[in-house]
Parts: sequence; structure tokens; C-alpha cells
Amino acid sequence: MTYLSINILKAEYNEIALLKGLANNDSKAVETLYKNHFSTIQHFIENNNGSFDDARDVFQEAMITLYEKVQSESFTLTCQIRTYLFSICKHLWLKRLQQMGKYSTPLSTQEESISVETDMEAFEKKDAAYAIMDRALNSLGEPCKSLLEGYYLNKKGMQELAAEFGYTNSDNAKNQKYKCLMRLKKLFFSQYNIGD
Amino acid sequence: MKQLDDIQLLEAIEKYLAGEMSASEVVQFETIRKQTPEIDQMVVEHDMFLHEMGYYANRKNFSKLSAETFHSLYNAGEWAPIDEQTTKFKVIQLWSKYKKVTAIAATVGGFIALFTSTLVMYFSPSLNGSQVLQLSKAIEVIKKNQQVQGHILNEVKTKLPENAKLLSGGSGFLIDTKGYIITNAHVLKGNGAIVINSLGQELNATIVYADKAVDLALLKIIDSDFNQPKSIPYSIRKKTTELGEEIYTLGYPRNDNDIVYGKGYLSAQSGFEGDSNAYQIQISANPGYSGAPIFNNNAEIIGIINTRQKQAEGVAFAIKSSKIFDLIEAAQKEQTGEKTVRIAKNMSASKSSDRKKQIGDMKNFIFNIRSYN
Repeated sequence: MTYLSINILKAEYNEIALLKGLANNDSKAVETLYKNHFSTIQHFIENNNGSFDDARDVFQEAMITLYEKVQSESFTLTCQIRTYLFSICKHLWLKRLQQMGKYSTPLSTQEESISVETDMEAFEKKDAAYAIMDRALNSLGEPCKSLLEGYYLNKKGMQELAAEFGYTNSDNAKNQKYKCLMRLKKLFFSQYNIGD
Repeated sequence: MKQLDDIQLLEAIEKYLAGEMSASEVVQFETIRKQTPEIDQMVVEHDMFLHEMGYYANRKNFSKLSAETFHSLYNAGEWAPIDEQTTKFKVIQLWSKYKKVTAIAATVGGFIALFTSTLVMYFSPSLNGSQVLQLSKAIEVIKKNQQVQGHILNEVKTKLPENAKLLSGGSGFLIDTKGYIITNAHVLKGNGAIVINSLGQELNATIVYADKAVDLALLKIIDSDFNQPKSIPYSIRKKTTELGEEIYTLGYPRNDNDIVYGKGYLSAQSGFEGDSNAYQIQISANPGYSGAPIFNNNAEIIGIINTRQKQAEGVAFAIKSSKIFDLIEAAQKEQTGEKTVRIAKNMSASKSSDRKKQIGDMKNFIFNIRSYN
């Protein structure tokens, strides 16, 4: 006699472990998610007017959505990862088809999906702030962009950055970083609505 | 001096917000903050900025991790685009999926749909069989006659004769405004042919001449719907092309008649096993590209794609463009009754250096070829 319940528990446990790994940027967890779920999305997109590259882009966006969802402490996932990822991809792909004016028939799929409207709305808001920051950083020019990315994205210390960018000491680097940061903040807040 | 203070102040704010201050420093800082509204405002603003920056950094770093993971799995062969899945099992699986899509489309739209799909890649035994793939398509035609509420709502007509069986397909390009088209001989497995332009318009064509040894064929559009263009926005190069030259192609590797652009470079002056009639090119070539023109940056056709190496990704072969002139000459000798084909008349390479503009001009001259019996 075998205990079926153990298998089920184990599956749930694996999914929770996977999501914890994802929240901590564990590359093994990211790889597992790709291995387990990308081909489903690939087939879905390729069977619905899309290309392999479309599938790659949509899945990437769904991964980011899931990643951000697991970052929040109050995070709960009420369905399997498979269903969640598929639902996000379906939502994103429908939207893209509509933008291209190609959407005319119901999408062909046998996959289960859930409503992800609330999650997507929250994501889109964050997405807007992300885009503003991205534009602001990219319009800074060098060395400002790399200097600030080194400090805020790659969490490098001022000493390390001074060496990397050829400043004679870390005070010079700090000075430069300050000037760059002021420009970035100005660019960022000119487009960012504090009330929103 | 003022700026130095500002820098120190910002440093203090960052330290405070990051929780890196000692307990006494915090008390001191918070006193200053309460007494100076400007500083308080700066703290609030910077907190918000750092919050957004933290979010940005997290997402950016994760995007990178996710994209890199995808790439390493993709390079390890974990997945491939459907076009490149060649095993019979996958093809059948794919086919049944496509059939399902067709059925749904037909039910909703309610018209007679003509649906073609790539089924298998064709291996030619005469072409060193297993090592080189011809890039034509084997085609199956399914006619769906779906009725909605007992009525046929709409009907899409094809120029294929009734009971015609589609056998193969590929790409081709106009070389004479009168409607002469060059493609590969292996693209034409049947006796009849239709050509479809980039707008999806079907036109009847006849096979004028084919040379299987060189793998080139000449078609002529014979259809009252054909609007003869005044000129052709590219020319055909007679001389050979230099190694490393940047090239691009336009063809129909997809099932939906959308023209596809691809870019690469000339990687060898000879083709498979030293074939001096061909070039080796580095380009991603899928079935359906057979017969597609290869352009250089001056909008000159330098070759015609016909095969790719089976094992090496991106390695394809193209027949040298000079062979087009030989083919026309041979065709004219054999068919004395045929009106002379005039290559290079009314041909002028697009002067535009803008690639997008060039392609926009060219795409109407490149056809999706279908051959039937």
C-alpha cells in the first residue's frame, strides 16, 4: 500500500521551495521554472499567431511578474505555479494580439487558467515606475550611468568604483556620484507623480 | 564648500535610511530633521527615490538572471522553434495542433479555409543526402468546409485548380517586369505553380525552364490580375562577391505568408564540398527560404539560397547570381518561341541606404511559390 498523500504534500513542498528560491534569486530555481514550464507557453504562443521569440519575451515578463509577487511578504499563491504562469502569459499574449489588431478568435488552449487582473494591474503600476527610472538612467550618459548602476544595482563600494572609473580617491568618486545622482533624481521626479 | 555640505548631507541621509547609523547618531539626526523642514523633505524624497531604485535594481538584476538562464538552456538544446523540430513524432504532434486551430478559426469565421502547413523537410538523396537539407517545403492541403448554422457565410477562393495537390513550396523573385521569376528547381516538384505576393494575392504561373543540375528554374506569371511593375528595385550582380560581405535575405519560411527578413554574411567563396557554383553563407535559414534572393548592401542580388548544412547551425549555401544569366541563356536557346527575357532591363538597385526603406520597396517583388500537380 502506498500513501498517495505523501506525494501530494511533497509536490506542494517542492513548489513552495521553488518559490522561495525564486524570491532569493536562486539560479537553480529559475532554471527549474524554465525547464518545467516554458514549453507549455511556447506551444501556446506558437499555436496562437506567435513566434518562438514572442514566447521567450512573454515568458520572461511572466517570470518577472511571479518574481515580484513572491517578493512581497503577504504573498500567497492559490494555484499551481504552472496555472499561474500560464494565466499571466495568456493575459499578456491576448493584450499583445489586440494591440497588433490580430485577435479575432478565442485562443486555442486546453490549459487551465485563473483570473490575474488584480495582479496585472499592480504589476503595470510598478512597470510604469520602472520604465521612468530606465529612461532616466539611460538619458544620463556615461560615466554617470555606469557609476550609479555600479553603486545601486551592483552594490559596489565607493572605493571599488573609484578604482574602476579611474578617480584618484574615493572622495572624487563620491563627488562625481553626487552630481550624477542629482541629475538622475531631477530626471526621475520630473516624470514621476508622487501622488500616484 | 556648499556642495561639500550637500554631499555630506546626502551621505548622512543614505546612511540613516539604510539603518547604518549608531543609536546616538540617529538621535542627533532626527533632532536636526525635526528642526529643519527642508531636510525632512529631502529625507522623504530620497527615501521614495531609493525605494524606486531598489525596485528597479531588483527587477533589472532578476531580468538578467532570467534571460541568461533562458539562453543557456536554449543553447543546450532544451527547446527549439517549431520550424526546427524535425523528428516525425513532433511533426505529427504539431500537425494535429494546427488542425485544431484551423477548426476553431473555421467554426468562428465560417468560411472555407485553405490551410497549408509545413509537414516534413525534404531530404534529397542526390544532394549528399544526410548532410545537406534543401529548404523547400512539402505541403499538404486541407480544405475545411465548415458550416455555421447551416449556412456558408463566406468563401475564400484559391487559384489552385480543383483537386490540385500541393507538393512543394519556397520563395522566388522577379527578374523581369513582364513577370519572370527565378526560384530553385527543387521548389517545383509538380507541373503547375502559383505564386503569392507579399500582400497574399495569388497569381497563376507556368514553369518556363528548369535546370535540376544547377537547381534553378524560371517561372512566368500568366494572370490577368498581375500588375506589371514599371521597374525592379534591385539588380543582379555578375561578378563574385567578397568574403565577409554583409548580406540579407527576404523569403517565406513561415506558414502564414508573412515575408521574413534575415541577415548574415558571406562565409566562403565556394559551396558544399568546394562547389564553385555556390557560396557558403552564415544566415539562419529555415525551410521555405529555398529560392530566396541574397542581397548585398547595394541591393544587388548576389545569390539564391538553396540548401543548408544539416548539423552546423546557421551554415547555408547559395547559388551564385551569375548562374541566373546562364539559365536565361539556356532557356532562350531551348524555347525559341518564348519572348525574350530581359534581365537587367528596368532594374535599378534601390539607392536608399536605409535598409527598412530598401526592404519596403523590395518585398512586393519577392514571391511565395507553391507547386502542385
